[in-house]
Amino acid sequence: MKETKKEKLISEREVEHVAWLAKLELSKEDKKLFTKQFNEILSYFKKIDEAKIKDVQPTYHVIDLENVIRTDEKTPPLSVNEALQNAPKKERGYIKAPKIV
Amino acid sequence: METAKRIDAEKRKGKTLGRLAGVCVAVKDNICTKNVKTTCSSRMLANFVPPYNSTVIERLVNEDAIIVGKTNMDEFAMGSTTESSYFGPTKNPWDVSRVSGGSSGGSAAAVAVEEAIAAIGSDTGGSVRCPASFCSVVGLKPTYGLVSRYGLIAFANSLEQIGPITRDVYDCALLLNVIAANDPRDSTSVSIDHDDYTEQLDGIIKGLKIGVPKELMAEGTDERIVKAAWKAIYLLEELGASFGETSLPNIEYALPAYYLIAMSEASSNLARYDGIRYGYRAEGTIWSDVFSKGRKIGFGSEVRRRIILGTYALSEGYYDEYYMKALKVRTLIKNDFERAFEAFDVLIAPTMPLLPFKIGEKITDPLALYLTDIDTVSVNLMGGCAVSVPCGFIEDLPVGMQIIGKPFDEELILRVAHAFEQNTSHHQRKPKFTNKINS
Repeated sequence: MKETKKEKLISEREVEHVAWLAKLELSKEDKKLFTKQFNEILSYFKKIDEAKIKDVQPTYHVIDLENVIRTDEKTPPLSVNEALQNAPKKERGYIKAPKIV
Repeated sequence: METAKRIDAEKRKGKTLGRLAGVCVAVKDNICTKNVKTTCSSRMLANFVPPYNSTVIERLVNEDAIIVGKTNMDEFAMGSTTESSYFGPTKNPWDVSRVSGGSSGGSAAAVAVEEAIAAIGSDTGGSVRCPASFCSVVGLKPTYGLVSRYGLIAFANSLEQIGPITRDVYDCALLLNVIAANDPRDSTSVSIDHDDYTEQLDGIIKGLKIGVPKELMAEGTDERIVKAAWKAIYLLEELGASFGETSLPNIEYALPAYYLIAMSEASSNLARYDGIRYGYRAEGTIWSDVFSKGRKIGFGSEVRRRIILGTYALSEGYYDEYYMKALKVRTLIKNDFERAFEAFDVLIAPTMPLLPFKIGEKITDPLALYLTDIDTVSVNLMGGCAVSVPCGFIEDLPVGMQIIGKPFDEELILRVAHAFEQNTSHHQRKPKFTNKINS
């Protein structure tokens, strides 16, 4: 099949930027491979441009959601040990986070 | 074993036992089990031990079921083959060179080889029905809101439901009886009364109107699978049902809409994995490095792909172009189904367009793999229910068909599935790798 020269939907730079927004480091190989794959996937996704969606309301959820409010009563909490049992780094009953500022 | 002994002792004492007393249930590893590792088949959660039980587990245990183990899955339920698991693929018990389907592949394979009487999976775009079809067992995706998602590790909240995977339709109805209930801890859980689902399994389908969506029997589906589905429909006709062709004209947009919505929701849901409170934590002193390195190492490639594409679809400038359009298409698809259900009681279609793939056949081409979800995703978009049942074998490989119902029509689709099952023998056929200890 003859390759048609199509405009890229997403560039390697954009992939890098979006990955940065998502706080996800990418290797060089990933950047290259993902850019290629994303262009294939997005050009397929573009199919929805053909759908007749003028004046159509979006469906965020299939059931009519109402606010569900619980009564303001306390329930038994997790113990500190249980709450912290999966934290990779902790100190004196606290989770240890990396420096933010 | 301890639970089994306790139940035996209670039985001897004449105590009334739960509805699932002694039933061994395997649980997909994205459903939280207190003090038992729940990994999502991801390196990110390889050591995660939940301090609490999901509602579904609580309900099973309250009925004296025995949780026998956690089952393998595609990482974070993102896939249709169980090959993206950090711990390696689950092979198909009918042919170990093939995939078990996904993402609940471990659950379906465990039931097929009788390592468990029943299993629990989750279905975001077909993840219960696809492996049920590939492993020749029964798999139900309940109506959105029927089963609590509390304790299910989130991938795409607006689409996913927990559902049973069983050897036959009766077991499926029995499990659904237990897990379908309102739960104040899941704000999307609905409050409806349902009858005993097993009581609906009376074999009577006289007067039932079956719709056959032509788009799901079309090109792209293995002709032999289409034939098997038609054969099943003719059998249901013999049992007193009638059928007619119907159309879901917007279904060609279902896949892109589904993937855009699922990826967008995933990118938001998976933002919580920063390695601070739980999950894989990378070394480093700067917070952004710790986050982004941890996520690079903790997530496999399919998860990384979906997070980035989802972030892209939600980002400024592309939100209207992709995400908003997908939500509008979702409305169209919902309308298509509503129209079809005005004329028909249930819809029938193949569960998967192809026979189980060879291991490695599709996993390197993400788009090709997405396309195989064509028959399943639209049910999640519209929020109804569907059950996949075995409907034959092609070259000794299982074929499944799904009976699709409108929201909260589980009673009806299970009745149809049961009537079909009782008049066929596909579900009695066992794979070579049956676990002899349990049978």
